[in-house]
Amino acid sequence: MATCLGDAMFPEAPRATVRLLRRLGVDVEVPEAQTCCGQPMVNTGYLDEAVPLVRTTVSAFEGFDAVVVPSGSCAGSVRHQHGIVAERAGDPALVDGVARLGPRTYELSEFLVDVLGVTDVGASFPHRVTYHPTCHSLRMLRVGDRPLRLLEAVRGIDLVDLPGAEECCGFGGTFAVKNADTSVAMGSDKARHVVGTGAEVLVAGDASCLMHVGGLLSRQRTGVRTMHLAEVLASTADDPWTQEATR
Amino acid sequence: MGRTFVGMPPFPVAARTALADSQLRRNLAHATGTIRGKRAGAVAELEDWEDLGAQAAAVKDRTLAHLDEHLVALEEALSARGATVHWARDAADACAVVADVARRHGIDEVVKVKSMATQEIGLNEALAEQGIAAWETDLAELIVQLGDDLPSHILVPAIHRNRAEIRDIFRTRMAAAGRPAPDDLTDDPAALAAAARLHLREKFLSARMAVSGANFAVAETGTLVVVESEGNGRMCLTLPDVLVSVVGIEKVVPTWRDLDLFLRLLPRSSTGERMNPYTSMWTGVTPGDGPQEVHVVLLDNGRTRALADEYARQALRCIRCSACLNVCPVYERVGGHAYGSVYPGPIGAIINPLLRGVGQDPQVDALPYASTLCGACGDVCPVAIDIPGVLVHLRTAVVDAHRSDTRPTAEALAVRAAAWTLGDARRLALAEKAAGGAGRVRRGRGMPGGRGAVSWLPFAGSRWTGARDLPLPPRESFRAWWRRGGGTEEGRR
Repeated sequence: MATCLGDAMFPEAPRATVRLLRRLGVDVEVPEAQTCCGQPMVNTGYLDEAVPLVRTTVSAFEGFDAVVVPSGSCAGSVRHQHGIVAERAGDPALVDGVARLGPRTYELSEFLVDVLGVTDVGASFPHRVTYHPTCHSLRMLRVGDRPLRLLEAVRGIDLVDLPGAEECCGFGGTFAVKNADTSVAMGSDKARHVVGTGAEVLVAGDASCLMHVGGLLSRQRTGVRTMHLAEVLASTADDPWTQEATR
Repeated sequence: MGRTFVGMPPFPVAARTALADSQLRRNLAHATGTIRGKRAGAVAELEDWEDLGAQAAAVKDRTLAHLDEHLVALEEALSARGATVHWARDAADACAVVADVARRHGIDEVVKVKSMATQEIGLNEALAEQGIAAWETDLAELIVQLGDDLPSHILVPAIHRNRAEIRDIFRTRMAAAGRPAPDDLTDDPAALAAAARLHLREKFLSARMAVSGANFAVAETGTLVVVESEGNGRMCLTLPDVLVSVVGIEKVVPTWRDLDLFLRLLPRSSTGERMNPYTSMWTGVTPGDGPQEVHVVLLDNGRTRALADEYARQALRCIRCSACLNVCPVYERVGGHAYGSVYPGPIGAIINPLLRGVGQDPQVDALPYASTLCGACGDVCPVAIDIPGVLVHLRTAVVDAHRSDTRPTAEALAVRAAAWTLGDARRLALAEKAAGGAGRVRRGRGMPGGRGAVSWLPFAGSRWTGARDLPLPPRESFRAWWRRGGGTEEGRR
């Protein structure tokens, strides 16, 4: 699942996911009918508007063994919110479809560690990196330290702890514009912590959170780049990941 | 005296004002950080913490499912022990009962135990209108009352004040309320507490009537329970002749065995203590000992409305420990006043809309959106209220309440337009292609994909770009890349 944000704004994340999964011997398909899981609508209170999106998602991913999502919050929405939307639609077929999709849907680090059983994916990324665990991966999916275990196994990486790592960055979907001032106050504290680590790259498993913190890091001219977890894991010594490739 | 939250602006506006107060942010970050650490230590001591919480949640759910029966049992037990039970549908009913009792005894001054229910109904202000002075005796509530301020936290209502501010309030305001603060008062915490003790001692010894709330009401015996730290509650509950307790109907627990669970959970989750210093329990009237006239006001004030929502009624499990406030990154930055209610923070963001209903007041309707849905509140709740889940549920209720409005909001139109575009892969692909054009026009560096940054957007977009850059859209969407053979060698570049 590319996610709408990954598809339209941050193609680096799903492209790196494709490259990484292929390298690990996974037969990757990208169903072209997919669009958006509907999370932005659900989390803003627009359940009716989310119904067609849930329907599209369920039908696009019917029949695959596993659905891999490079986003904790989108995977969380599929697993924890689609049922509510389907109930609202009053459509038993959709309820069934959602019930089939949920258990087959994995956030990237869950798929790598739990399904493929790897923590060393053969990646190489010789840079100073700090990792922000995103809220929905942490507290909705409970991915725990899986992303960190994956990062620790990366060759050449200088992984530094992020102070206050588990505190929300302040993105919060439409919160970022509905409560822009509070969102920015939270994000500025996160950005300050990131800069304090001396890291070149801030890594996270959600492009949305990176868009927010990265937007602050850019505006404040900190020189810190943001990268999705998939991009770091996709990078190897022979074939380093360059974001310019997706420009 | 007697400021209220009436007329407060909606959260986003109130939050902006609060965020500009750097002293407030420092006070809050320091105080919530301290309580968080203390609580984490106290909770970690118990191996069966989560199990206790699950049991407590089950007790509350079971009780709420048959609330009518438990309340009648409570009323019977209370009456049998000499208490007078009053049923109050709303704030006005409850305030009238308290004022009536005072008037019948010719009382114009009452002492108060810290109580959320009486704050909720605006009792002090209602009594003041009748010429009855209600004195708060909890230290933090005293600070708020003397400062003509509003509470900003459930457990520590003066959390937004530091000790220098408190000294100034005591110096300038205490004299008008009774015994003045000493002239040489410093901001040493012990000195501040000593000044408050002397001031309050006069109130305890002269008051003939006390008003309290209750943390719990045990139905099987008609026993009310107040949990506190300072001993002011014990003074109020034992010294005056007349005692009126205003108790939310969700405070009932069926048995003492049930109560046991909550007395283990509450202190650790609220103040981070194994046991709170004072737990007072009283059952009606005990002849010759303590208050000889005891009234209990059972307060609805929107609780049955909340109860009617089968999913969101879990909010009525709340034991007002305020752990969710202390872990909330939004609360930590804006403080309690921005929520416009005596119940701030994550629990306030769900309990206020539930008690008052949505779709009528923009201030109330904004509250479920005053959260990033980060989930820290739900994780820390000792009675397992799924606060993020209820927040989303209430957002849906807010949107649904406005679906029949004749003029849809700009937000609703934007969401519908987005949902339409995203509803079909071909429409989305066209939108992506159009956006990709911008990437061709402007080049830059520094953002993901080596793309340039957008630093200014008009209209609602400015809410993003006010402080944050946004990358230019990629020239090629993921979808387009995949379509031209993504991931195969020729498609990689």
